[in-house]
Amino acid sequence: MYVYDQIDQNIVDERVAQFRDQTDRFLAGEIPEAEFLPLRLQNGLYLQRLAPMLRIAVPYGLMNSTQLRKLAEISRVYDKGYAHISTRQNVQLNWPRLAEVPDILAELATVQMHAIQTSGNCIRNTTTDQFAGVACDELEDPRPYCEIIRQWSTLHPEFAFLPRKFKIAVCGSTQDRAAIHNHDIGIELVPNEHNEIGLRILVGGGLGRTPVIGSLICEWLDKKHLLTYLEAILRVYNQRGRRDNKYKARIKILVKAMGVDVFREAVENEWKALKDGPSTLTEEAIVRARSFFEAPDYQVIDIDTANAELEDQCTRDPVFAQWVKRNTESHRVPGYRIVTISLKATGFAPGDITAEQLELLAELSDLYAFGEIRSTHQQNMVLADVPTAKLYALWQRLQATGLATANIGTLTDIICCPGGDYCSLANAKSLPVAEAIQVRFDNLDYLYDLGPIELNISGCMNACGHHHIGHIGILGVDKKGQEFYQVCLGGSQSKEASIGKILGPSFNQEDIPEVIEKLLSTYVTLRTEEESFLETYRRVGIAPFKERVYAQDH
Amino acid sequence: MPRIIKHGAVTEDTRPGVDPDVAIPAPDQVCTLEQWLQLTDKEGSAVQLEPGQPPAPLLDHLDQIHLIVINFPVFTDGRGFSYARELRQRGYSGELRAGGHFIRDQLNYLHRCGFDAFQMSDDSNLEAALAGLDGFTEHYQAAIDQPLPLFRRRKQAAP
Repeated sequence: MYVYDQIDQNIVDERVAQFRDQTDRFLAGEIPEAEFLPLRLQNGLYLQRLAPMLRIAVPYGLMNSTQLRKLAEISRVYDKGYAHISTRQNVQLNWPRLAEVPDILAELATVQMHAIQTSGNCIRNTTTDQFAGVACDELEDPRPYCEIIRQWSTLHPEFAFLPRKFKIAVCGSTQDRAAIHNHDIGIELVPNEHNEIGLRILVGGGLGRTPVIGSLICEWLDKKHLLTYLEAILRVYNQRGRRDNKYKARIKILVKAMGVDVFREAVENEWKALKDGPSTLTEEAIVRARSFFEAPDYQVIDIDTANAELEDQCTRDPVFAQWVKRNTESHRVPGYRIVTISLKATGFAPGDITAEQLELLAELSDLYAFGEIRSTHQQNMVLADVPTAKLYALWQRLQATGLATANIGTLTDIICCPGGDYCSLANAKSLPVAEAIQVRFDNLDYLYDLGPIELNISGCMNACGHHHIGHIGILGVDKKGQEFYQVCLGGSQSKEASIGKILGPSFNQEDIPEVIEKLLSTYVTLRTEEESFLETYRRVGIAPFKERVYAQDH
Repeated sequence: MPRIIKHGAVTEDTRPGVDPDVAIPAPDQVCTLEQWLQLTDKEGSAVQLEPGQPPAPLLDHLDQIHLIVINFPVFTDGRGFSYARELRQRGYSGELRAGGHFIRDQLNYLHRCGFDAFQMSDDSNLEAALAGLDGFTEHYQAAIDQPLPLFRRRKQAAP
């Protein structure tokens, strides 16, 4: 992973000093609340319903064991002993004290972490495929480009007061695991007709109040133009994006208003002045970025022996066998597997992780996975490089601490925002809804029979829980001070991305598990063999689901 | 006489500010864009841009203009950052002044985008505000104060 040199360290240290000074001046009454707001947001600090919330950046979801241990320590000393993985692969603390935030940031800086631009109307943390570098379907590792974008966007002087927040995602594989169609800018590594890999660029995708699939702005761009092209897009947006209404301020609204062709023309015009200028990437810059993401020291493994042993372990222990089947993936290196650790055990808020669990994962990653851990936008954790022969030992340790829930990709692997229990923007609670669903559908055999289902829950229109792109999406809405829940169907974050359709009138919180039950039984009745929930929905449409759910009981 | 920050120091400014209500501004007065467009002789002129007035009309006269003020009616409207950078990139070398309701914690970014003078609506403590110009010894990306991005300047030291 990327390792700071003295310059990177200085930038982060100086940022901490700057924010310490700003916090001191705020607490001394020298900065009014309204002026402190963007300063604290761009250092990750929200003031929430119950306490401040600090969002710590995890660039493209990659961490090492030292960083995990530091997060555990911080959560104990400055918080309540747990942390939360967000849908942007970041880590959130829910109970820090404002006056101590500069100290937390200073602690983070000692392990090359920060909270820069994790909030505010600026360029946010760039996200990517949680299986980058190890996925079987990868054309090229996207992480070097994420790191190049991270450096370019960090403390960018021109783009710190944009009309609205700005999110970029990069994908380098056949399957899109980074939801690039739902980002302000989505970048895909693709070959051209000469088989040279370049950048395909989408713009104006997004969720929130107005969900939109991104529009193609550039079919293929030489990688060296990455930053100048991004700069041109951002400059057009910064100058022309709407600032009169925060719900119309995202780039998706500008792209729709101008039309993608006129927007592209404006970008190309701006780009003329920047193209081939100093921000054009040099070969050395790309080589340097790549050097941090080279393959670790994989052992040569006798595959036949390893597989035979694994099969034997699976036969003896069917619970382990299910975990291997659900929570591990093929790795591009034979003899290794990618392990996803579910943070979706029933009874725990999706994405929450305790200090003890963080420390356990740090230890396990040192033992079995080259000391690296990844966070995912589905709010789970990944050990990307586990030798097949170590899976059983790893699983036993996970089981002992409640981290071996074998539900990855199933109905209960719910994406969920913190909702009304924590967030001051929320219209409704989301965590109790997630829990009620997990409790109702706790039978693993039933979940496995249902196959892959993505269920996403947001507590408000801002859609942090990505409800629009869940196969089943649930949105909390407020009607005259009461909390209701709208259900949508058929969303997808894959390359065949789609936005979910609203099923109909909204429901009470306590009715949601029953509604889900009806949706699932409709699917089970209608599915053909091997057909997933999404495939059935796409074949039969919303009507049969609607009929079943809203049928009058006799 | 208003006090401003210019070239890193507090100084007094003698030029009269904009007055949108006069038909013909005084010879050394800062013009609104509308007034400036009417000027027959733009040599030595001064003009103020508002958010929503991109610098395109000025681009053919950059060597004649002595002062461009970019106004920030609210500090969270960042259009002026892009206007400034665009003006500098197209070759403007006269005084580029930020005016209005920006805050001292933005001075570093404003300076990096090409502003060399700052006329803050709150000029009560400009000496303290000077601290806002500094804070960072290095920057990742290219800007007006440092046209080379860090990746072109970083020594190829082993990680």
